[in-house]
Amino acid sequence: MATASPTTAPDALDSAPEPAASLPDLTLIQRLVLNLRAARARAYVRVVATGRELSWLAFEVALPILSAAAYVYIYEALGAPPRYTGFVLLGSAMTAYWMNVLWSMASQFYWEKQSGLLETYFLAPASRVALLLGMAGGGIFMSTSRAASTLIAGSFLFGVQYEVVSWPLAILAFVLTLAALYCLGMLFSSVFLMYGREAWHMANALQEPVYLLSGFYFPVRALGFWTAMGASLIPLTLGLDAMRQLMFGAPDAALLPVGWELLGLALLTVVYFLLALRSLAAMEHLAKREGRLTLKWQ
Amino acid sequence: MAVETNAAPAPAGHSPAVTWRDRWQTFRLSAWLGWQVESNWADPLLFAVYSMAKPIASALILVIMYRIIANETAEALFPGMYVGNALFMYVGALMFGVSWVIMEEREYFQILKYIYLSTASMYWYLAGRAVAKFLITTLAVVILLAFGAAFLDLPLRLSQVDWGLFATVFPLGILTMIGLGYLLAGVLLISARHGSGYVESVAGALYLLCGVVFPLDVLPGWLAAAGKVIPVTYWLEGLRRALLGQSFAQALAGYSDGQIVLWLAISTVVTLGVSVWFFGRMDHVARSRGLIDQVTEH
Repeated sequence: MATASPTTAPDALDSAPEPAASLPDLTLIQRLVLNLRAARARAYVRVVATGRELSWLAFEVALPILSAAAYVYIYEALGAPPRYTGFVLLGSAMTAYWMNVLWSMASQFYWEKQSGLLETYFLAPASRVALLLGMAGGGIFMSTSRAASTLIAGSFLFGVQYEVVSWPLAILAFVLTLAALYCLGMLFSSVFLMYGREAWHMANALQEPVYLLSGFYFPVRALGFWTAMGASLIPLTLGLDAMRQLMFGAPDAALLPVGWELLGLALLTVVYFLLALRSLAAMEHLAKREGRLTLKWQ
Repeated sequence: MAVETNAAPAPAGHSPAVTWRDRWQTFRLSAWLGWQVESNWADPLLFAVYSMAKPIASALILVIMYRIIANETAEALFPGMYVGNALFMYVGALMFGVSWVIMEEREYFQILKYIYLSTASMYWYLAGRAVAKFLITTLAVVILLAFGAAFLDLPLRLSQVDWGLFATVFPLGILTMIGLGYLLAGVLLISARHGSGYVESVAGALYLLCGVVFPLDVLPGWLAAAGKVIPVTYWLEGLRRALLGQSFAQALAGYSDGQIVLWLAISTVVTLGVSVWFFGRMDHVARSRGLIDQVTEH
């Protein structure tokens, strides 16, 4: 142990046990294992929850189909080309991920604060990033079950015709969309950490405007090129446009060529992940300094 | 109120009769509380932006869908769709405003038991809590309609509005929605925390079945028949006739204005009667099972 300076504690205390807040030094491998376990544990809750509450499953599949049906009937009433039915259905299925990011990633620390779990997370030795990655992994599993059910049921109900250009590229577009989207969710999560009831309201306010800007129910190019480019900061904008091109063969309605959109999604993933790391550290510090970590009912 | 002041003290375990003055006070204070809960988390400007962002985004999604198809049918249907979508905001807002109080106060703020302990009538308390949502929604509807008239060629002229029909139809619909709110509040009384799915599902089903954004004629026969027994369908039809002077769906074109009002009045009375009875039953079940102060996690 280093020699105490005149301003540090007396020698007699040097042999005392480490304060509760500090952790024993862990090797890189031990730290990695610890964080992977934390991520797995956090993901496990959501994986189990996927099928445990069946009423959730019913609502989360039925609701997107109801909204999809309304939009499908609008296009039908207007005599739109049949591929618009597919556009709507794909957008409706992807709402599962956006809702999951808003309510179960961005707002999650707010919920944990309300239920008194947040302080436990912060006392645990694992990194908050590991917890968020676990949430993301579990959330993706849960949302995929909902999105796939919506897509399959909707395809049968509305007789959607797919014209898949390339399955590998379509899968790549889907994976990159989710990667960028959940990194954005991690970034939101750090910002929402500071919020009280605002978190609920913010998540609520970010639903319809994002459905509009990302073109959930119409090709995003209809917004105009530059507006759509601005909206591409939301990963679902590029992701939906790429997937529509690859699954319905609709390059005439596209915003950008698929290659550019995949590149954009990869870039967004890296940028949002790095921003999330920085923001999480900064917001955690701020929340502790302002005493908001355990503050309920703000 | 001589009767009240002269009345002998009620025996232990019995409450004195609730007067209309008590009910009015409950409604008034509940409305004020609702306004505070709705609005005091943000400064007025942010709150105004938040309140308008969702409805404007929802309307713009539909406007873009109609504009990208851009044919004669779309032009003919646009006014009815736009007005129907704007007015439908009342349905979601009032149903949610009345019913979600149960979940919010039982699960999040944990004060429902205190409301039950007070002299407040739950019916008046729940209706009062929806007043703030009614006012905010009214502002949003007025802004949307004015925007439509100013920028989207919506044929809405104040001088041509049938104010008599409007004044008859509008309040009947509001009563219907309060009734539907009581029904859902009854369901939420005996549901766990995740009951928001019920409210959203009912709103989603009504959006689909009541010909809000497309004519009922587009729906398959059995769904159109279901839509024709829901009071919201007649409410929207009546208001479209009052505001635009035209019917939206062929399915309802054969009804005179008087028949629309009659159907709406009958179905409103039935909805209110059934919902008050149902809420009373669920209230009894919740009390007997000890659910009034339950806190459920997920």
